Order: sequence, then structure tokens, then C-alpha cells
Amino acid sequence: MAPALVWLIGLMVIPCGLVLALAFFQRGIYGGVDYTFTLENFTRVFDPLYAGIFLNSARIAGIATLIAVVIGYAAAYAIASCRQSLQPVLLFFAVLPFWSNYLIRTYAWIVLLNREGLVTQLLRWFGYTGEPPSMLYTEGAVIAGLVYNYLPFVILACYAPLSRMNPELAEASRDLGGSAFTTFRRIILPLTLPGIAAGAVFVFVLSIGNFVTPALLGGGRFQMIGNLVYDQFLTANDWPFGAALSMALIAIMMLLLFAQALATDRASGRTAPVREDG
Amino acid sequence: MKTTNNHAATARKILLGLGLATLASAASAADLVISNWDGYMAPDAMDAFKAATGNGGEVVKHATNEEIMGKLVASGGKGYDVVFVSSPFAEVLHNLGLTEAIDASKVPNLANLYPEAAALAYDPGNTFSVPYTWGTTGLCYRSDLVKAEPASWNDLLKPADDIKGKTTMLATDRWLLAAGQLADGFSVNEVDPAKMEQVKNTLIEAKKTLLAYDDTTFYAKLVSGEAVMVQAWDGWCNYGITDNKDIKYVIPKEGSDLWVDTMVVMKASENKDAAFQFINFMLDAKNHGWAAQNILYKVPNKAAMDSLPAELSATYPNMAMPVAELTKFEVLRDVGDAQKEYSRIVSEIKAAQ
Repeated sequence: MAPALVWLIGLMVIPCGLVLALAFFQRGIYGGVDYTFTLENFTRVFDPLYAGIFLNSARIAGIATLIAVVIGYAAAYAIASCRQSLQPVLLFFAVLPFWSNYLIRTYAWIVLLNREGLVTQLLRWFGYTGEPPSMLYTEGAVIAGLVYNYLPFVILACYAPLSRMNPELAEASRDLGGSAFTTFRRIILPLTLPGIAAGAVFVFVLSIGNFVTPALLGGGRFQMIGNLVYDQFLTANDWPFGAALSMALIAIMMLLLFAQALATDRASGRTAPVREDG
Repeated sequence: MKTTNNHAATARKILLGLGLATLASAASAADLVISNWDGYMAPDAMDAFKAATGNGGEVVKHATNEEIMGKLVASGGKGYDVVFVSSPFAEVLHNLGLTEAIDASKVPNLANLYPEAAALAYDPGNTFSVPYTWGTTGLCYRSDLVKAEPASWNDLLKPADDIKGKTTMLATDRWLLAAGQLADGFSVNEVDPAKMEQVKNTLIEAKKTLLAYDDTTFYAKLVSGEAVMVQAWDGWCNYGITDNKDIKYVIPKEGSDLWVDTMVVMKASENKDAAFQFINFMLDAKNHGWAAQNILYKVPNKAAMDSLPAELSATYPNMAMPVAELTKFEVLRDVGDAQKEYSRIVSEIKAAQ
């Protein structure tokens, strides 16, 4: 218990407390921190400009989450439906990209999507002669990058409840005349909802605070909240405002994680049936 | 200038943001600690310095001005002897009282500098800073892929249909704003709110036609053909020219800023005499010439520039720009509290749809 507490206080409570404290001071004229108390940084967070960036980040993260959940759930379902011996192999391939660095995986998308990139070359090889399509530095590229990077989380989160689900429940539904769709909607989906929620919250939380993907795949044309925080600390030298923005972001993330924990709690109370033959 | 010259710089900036980069550790046994951009001085410069003066030293690297400024402001400059920063940042360090006055008697090679280099607006007489490189910001373009040669900032900001979506601009606050300020006929240090509102709108309109904002790989985009015209520092355009002779550089008719990267000695330095010796060493025609030949930036050192091979300016015409022409442009100045407004405007531009 004690080491965990030290860990938590030393690496979590104190650093977050320092960031929080910083948010109540002013930016010095030449950068740096002027230790005069102010609430201005927090009121600035709600300025339509910055609030708008929050909302836009939430929108982009939301779209990425939706796409990741649909693809990830389908993939997890397909894996869980394979024969038992094959499943670990397929899961291994699903998480294989994690073996390489996030940055490298993101740069790979630049190689694919840029105007003279692999996709364009492939199109040309098939005889396309027109103007190369603009794919990189678009919102679509940012979303693709986010979905690609966080998809394995959804697959793992959804695979767990899917593989643990008692297949007899689905059989019973079909025996009682339920169509495949009804069985999915009334039986499988509710039972695996906690997994979906966990995967979705993961993708959303990681996406909304992301700054690497919008910087590299958005070409700096799409400002997400993570980029704004980065800019305050490393370009504008306005640490207090950057701290206030970080605190707002942390609050949003904590709220979401809390809601997800609550939902999982309620769902696990309701969905007792788990395969018992283990 | 400003950022290190390749993809690695972006990667490092991002790693730094993630907190993964190892912090540059201060020197242990070495006498001098010098902070500079990666590749901004000869790799063997410190060995040569030691051989010449008996003083050793260690070079630590910073990726951006902002990175080293954060460290210097936080530590009061302790742990560093000589630091390379761009002129507005040198000005800030001076205003914060962190720089040592340059003792000209200990830096005899100051005599190698052009007279204009001792009359720069932010520090006339080189009282607290010594210029290391200088140059312009203009348009770098593929002469084989544009229909008309650009002549104005508006050729970038309001591009012809055939090059829409094939242009990039610098992402760093001051240079991004400078393009709009110059296009609208204002000073590159303009702070008047109404004029800056106009600049903002100009740049938001321009954003709709851009491929990307890019500080580090724009010349590579020109080489690959992804972009055909980019806002560029002259030296970086030279890197493009190295790879493709159809790449050309032009200063728009509305002008450019004059950027200067400088060397400053920290007041907190405990080796000031050695620090001045180091600056003197760098101002030696041969050592300073290294920068011109290898970084392809102009240096404010007459002796060094005169010693450059003629092929260099034949290949890279902007290297031969007359000093009088260069120094008629306005130097970027520290704008004090207005920097906050600049940051906000840049955020608004980048957030605009």
C-alpha cells in the first residue's frame, strides 16, 4: 500500500497540483510566470475561440470513436467467432502495430497519403492520369490516423466480453424464433456494452487530447486542444494559460472515465450470465 | 534557422512534448557550456577551440528558441555560458537582465563583421549580442511547375488557381504573421489592433488555399512536387536547390523581415573570459565561413563571406545578396505584451475552418 501511495502522490498528485497551481498565475511580459494571483486563465478557457477548439476536438474525437467502435467491434466479433486455437494468433496480429512507435506509425500515413505517395503511385499504376487526390492534411487524414492508432484498444476491449459470452444465450434466442439481427440487438449487444463503452472512452479520451496526429496528418491546419496546450507551453510561453487548458481537458477526461466506470458498474450488476463451464 | 533542419526536428519537438526526450544534461568536466541548434556549428569546432585556446567546452542542443528560452528563464541562465538564439529572444534575455555586456576588447574579431552588422536595430553596437547568421524570409518555388514567377506575397496568400492547395506557410507565430503584415503593407512588428485584425483576415483567407503549415519539411515538399510554392527562410530554400536546380528563391516586392541568429553570453556564466574567447573564435573568418558553406546561410562576417568560393553563390544566388540590400529590411523585434495578442491571432487563424 505504502509504495503505491508514494507512487501516486509523487507522480500524479504533486505534478497535477503544480500544473493546477500554475493556472492561477499570470504570464510574465517576456514569458515565464509572474506570480500574481488571477482567474483570467480560466475565464479565457471559456472564450468562444478556445471553447470552439474544445468543441471541434470533441467532434473529431467523436467521429474517430464512432468509426473505431464499428470497425473494432466487427473485428472483435469476427475473432471471437473463429476457432479457439486461432483466436490468440489473430489477437496478436491486431496488437502487432503497437510494437512500433506511435510517431513512426503516423509518419507511415504520410508516406501513404501524400500527393506523391504510395496511394497516388498505385492509382497511376492502374492507369490513373489525372490530378493526384488531396488526401493528406485533411480532417479525414487526421481521423484516419486516430482510428488506426487506437483501433486495437477497441478490439481488445470488445473481444473480452464477446469471448466470455455464453454461446447458449444466442442459441436460446434463435431457438425461440429471434432473427439474427434481433439476437444481436437484444442479447449480444447488451451483454457486450461494457466492453464497447470501455473501448469508446479509451479512443475518445486519447483522441481529444492528441496533438501528434493533427500536427503531422493535419499539416497544422487543424487545431485540436492538444495542439493548443502544446503551443501555449512551447511557442507562446504562456504556461499559466496552458495549465488552465490542461486542467479543463483533464476535467473532461475524468468526467468521462467516471461515467464509464458508473455504467460498467451498473451493467455488471445486471448481466450476470457468464459461461460457467469455463 | 530556428528549427533543426530535418524531420528529426519535428520528431524531437513532439517527443519533447510527450516528455520522452532526455533532458540535455549540463556539463560535468567541461569548462564551457554552449547551447546551439543541432548542426549549427562545425562538429569539430570544440576540439579546434580547445587546441587554439586551451579551453574545453560542451555543446548542448536545443530544437527551438522557445525550448532554450524556457530553460534560461526558469534557471536565470545558470548552467550556460554561450547561447545561440534568434534576435527577438536575445532582446528578451537582455530585457530580463540575463545577458552579459559584450566586452569588445576581448573579442577582437568583431572587426570582421560588416559595419551594418554592428548597427542592427535591436542591439546597435553589439552591446549584448553578436550576430552569427542572417537572412530573409521569402518565396521558394518550383520554376518548372508554376505558370508565373511569383513577385508578391499575394502570389502566395491569394494563389492562382493552378497552385491552390500546393502552397505552404511557416507555422511559427512571427513568420506566419509577417507574411500577412508585409502583404498588407504593415511593419513586421505591427501591434495596432485594427491593422492586426486585417492581417488576421488576410491569413484566414490564405489558409483555405494552403496545403499545410510547415516549418521543417517544406523544401522536401518542393523537391517531391507535393508543393510548388512555399514561404521559406532563404537558407532552407538553398537545401531545396541542392536537390533540384529548378527551385528558386525570390524576395517579394513588399519586402521581407531581416532575421538574425545571435550569440549571447549569460550573466550567470562563471567563465566569461572563455565565453568571449569562444565568440571570438567563432568570428574567425574560417570558422564563420564554415557556417556559410555548410548551413548555406549568409553570415554577417565580411572576411568570411569574401573567402567563399564563387561556385557557392552561382549555385545559391541568394548567398550573394548585397549586405546593403539585406539590411534595409526590418528586423523582428520583441513586441513585449503584444506577444499574447500575436499568439491569440495565430490560434484564431489555425482554428478557423
